Amino acid sequence: MSEILTAPLVVEFPFTRSLGPVQSAFLTGLRERVVLGVRTTDGRVLVPPVEYDPRTADEIRELVEVGATGTVTTWAWNPAPRPRQPLATPFAWVLVTLDGADTALLHALDAPGPDAVRTGMRVRVRWAAERTGAITDIACFEPHESGGAGPATPHTGVFADPVTGITTPARLDYTYAPGRAQSRHLAALARHTTIGERCPACRRVYVPPRGACPTCGVATGEQVEVGPRGTVTTYCVVNIKARNAAIDVPYVYAHIALDGADLALHGRIAGIPCDQVRMGLRVEPVWTEGARHPDHYRPTGEPDAAYDTYKELL
Amino acid sequence: MNPANNEPVAVVGIGQTEHAAARRDVSIAGLVREAALRALADAELTWSDIDAVVIGKAPDFFEGVMMPELYLADALGAVGKPLMRVHTAGSVGGSTALVAANLVASRVQRTVLTVAFEKQSESNAMWGLSLPVPFQQPLLAGAGGFFAPHVRAYIRRTGAPEHVGSLVAYKDRRNALKNPSAHLHEHGITLEKVQSSPMLWDPIRYSETCPSSDGACAMVLTGRRGAARAPRPPAWVHGGAMRSEPTLFAGKDFVSPRAGRDCAADVYRQAGITDPRREIDVAELYVPFSWYEPMWLENLGFAAEGEGWKLTVSGATELDGDLPVNPSGGVLSTNPIGASGMLRFAEAALQVCGRAGAHQVDGARRALGHAYGGGAQFFSMWLVGAEPPAG
Ligand SMILES: [Zn+2]
Repeated sequence: MSEILTAPLVVEFPFTRSLGPVQSAFLTGLRERVVLGVRTTDGRVLVPPVEYDPRTADEIRELVEVGATGTVTTWAWNPAPRPRQPLATPFAWVLVTLDGADTALLHALDAPGPDAVRTGMRVRVRWAAERTGAITDIACFEPHESGGAGPATPHTGVFADPVTGITTPARLDYTYAPGRAQSRHLAALARHTTIGERCPACRRVYVPPRGACPTCGVATGEQVEVGPRGTVTTYCVVNIKARNAAIDVPYVYAHIALDGADLALHGRIAGIPCDQVRMGLRVEPVWTEGARHPDHYRPTGEPDAAYDTYKELL
Repeated sequence: MNPANNEPVAVVGIGQTEHAAARRDVSIAGLVREAALRALADAELTWSDIDAVVIGKAPDFFEGVMMPELYLADALGAVGKPLMRVHTAGSVGGSTALVAANLVASRVQRTVLTVAFEKQSESNAMWGLSLPVPFQQPLLAGAGGFFAPHVRAYIRRTGAPEHVGSLVAYKDRRNALKNPSAHLHEHGITLEKVQSSPMLWDPIRYSETCPSSDGACAMVLTGRRGAARAPRPPAWVHGGAMRSEPTLFAGKDFVSPRAGRDCAADVYRQAGITDPRREIDVAELYVPFSWYEPMWLENLGFAAEGEGWKLTVSGATELDGDLPVNPSGGVLSTNPIGASGMLRFAEAALQVCGRAGAHQVDGARRALGHAYGGGAQFFSMWLVGAEPPAG
């Protein structure tokens, strides 16, 4: 049994958000050190505000300003903050009902330890020094003894230079394990050979192997060496550069059925002008030092395969 | 669905947003709300008339909002009601409508709001579909590179002339000019312009590809009693089905996937259709790249194998032809991915109600709505008619 491979897989993207009128006012308010809520049809004040009343589904647009002080309604201690959490040192996640609000806001509370946190404690906003119109404009909450401030007061929600959109970078860290079948396939590729696996039921050979036949639903175990030569079953000429692609256009992106395989894999064709590539072209892999996969495939010089020999592999 | 024992399902409300490359004026909640309110207004109903909400969109990675249905419950009046999410890649708009229809047909719910959306401007679908999986060869070809080799295989198999793809694009873009809701309105479009647009993924040209849109679509579905109270005669669901197959397997026919053929056969059986070409008046097909029109015409039984392109060339699929395809302008003119399937279903309903405006097909009584997605992995279709189903 060959070694099972693993590798980190990072999924990361700077998503954008159009805020709409209510979130725009809320986040712009934070930039101006003003916390806004929204009043529902039945008079409750929701902080953070939402666009639509959860009870009645009404569109709600009556903005109000609430206090920067409030009361912790519940909490959980976070002993080991992870990267990009609000504080680098241990802190409490808290739900805070700001003075004048009827709902609680989730944020971080800077406290020396769990013994210093309790439900019902009074807290206040610690504003970030640099504010851009984001929930992180509230750096965190901090303990602060004070009486309750007054009720929410009407606010137009109008500010100069409002924030209408934000970027919310997201990152997920996975450990990816390709599994036994693909690990065996990858180990063979390192020797510049390609192995597939044959289904014990339908006898078809899968390349790359996935450990099971998707048609029969049974495990595939029998390893079969395929290729190295193969046939171009179909292809396209790529004339537009894909984002982050290192290859110069134009190039040919082809489906290649390696000899002995029952479905095509994908690869680039080179060593022949794009306009001379054709269905049925016979090709072989070209390896470059240190690469896991063939760099591309090139013509072998053999006569083209007859259409009938590969039409079922299209 | 088994029409014999089920509650007949009527489409009593249809709404869609303004579609654009970027709807920066609304949040995701505001976007779905716009479509839902229009569907409710169309049905002359309010939130309290809705018993359940079924929502669909393409993969969460597209906008990076995990399980967006949770946060959208407020906007869709779903608090305190059943709310469920459907998730079948590009076909999801169709599947979502079918799940909603099944709730009514099975008499689990009386009146259901169904909504599908995508806010492509807040996302990157290509990124979401091509994550750099370790050890695997990176995807080499970009969005159209997945589809173009299958188009070439279709051309090889059928001997279709090169200009068929351009004919479809020229038709759909002209149809979109008659549809105020469409995203692309290419005034002054000509066949020559389509044919001289850059060849991005030979054999697919730029003008033969779908745009990237922000948008949402919503429908209100109900049973016989709800239909009797509706302000206008509704569209009736005569058949609906979904099918799936693996994205990749030995023997998969990418040109005419078996799941698509089987799905259509199921829908036709339910609707009592034996000759789709003659018995169906108009089809809204999920055609993200123009060549998929002739491919689907064969897959769905409107033409014999190898003959789909002849229908296109003959003009039969034009708005004034005998089998108009995509009178709305189709996915080629409007593509908020998650909503694209529901837009096909909704346009089919508008057509049989005679409410499609300038892109109305004269005398349309029966229409097919079709969606597919996930690398030809998922299919969903419904057939709607102007009359209630028999029985
Ligand atoms: Zn098998």
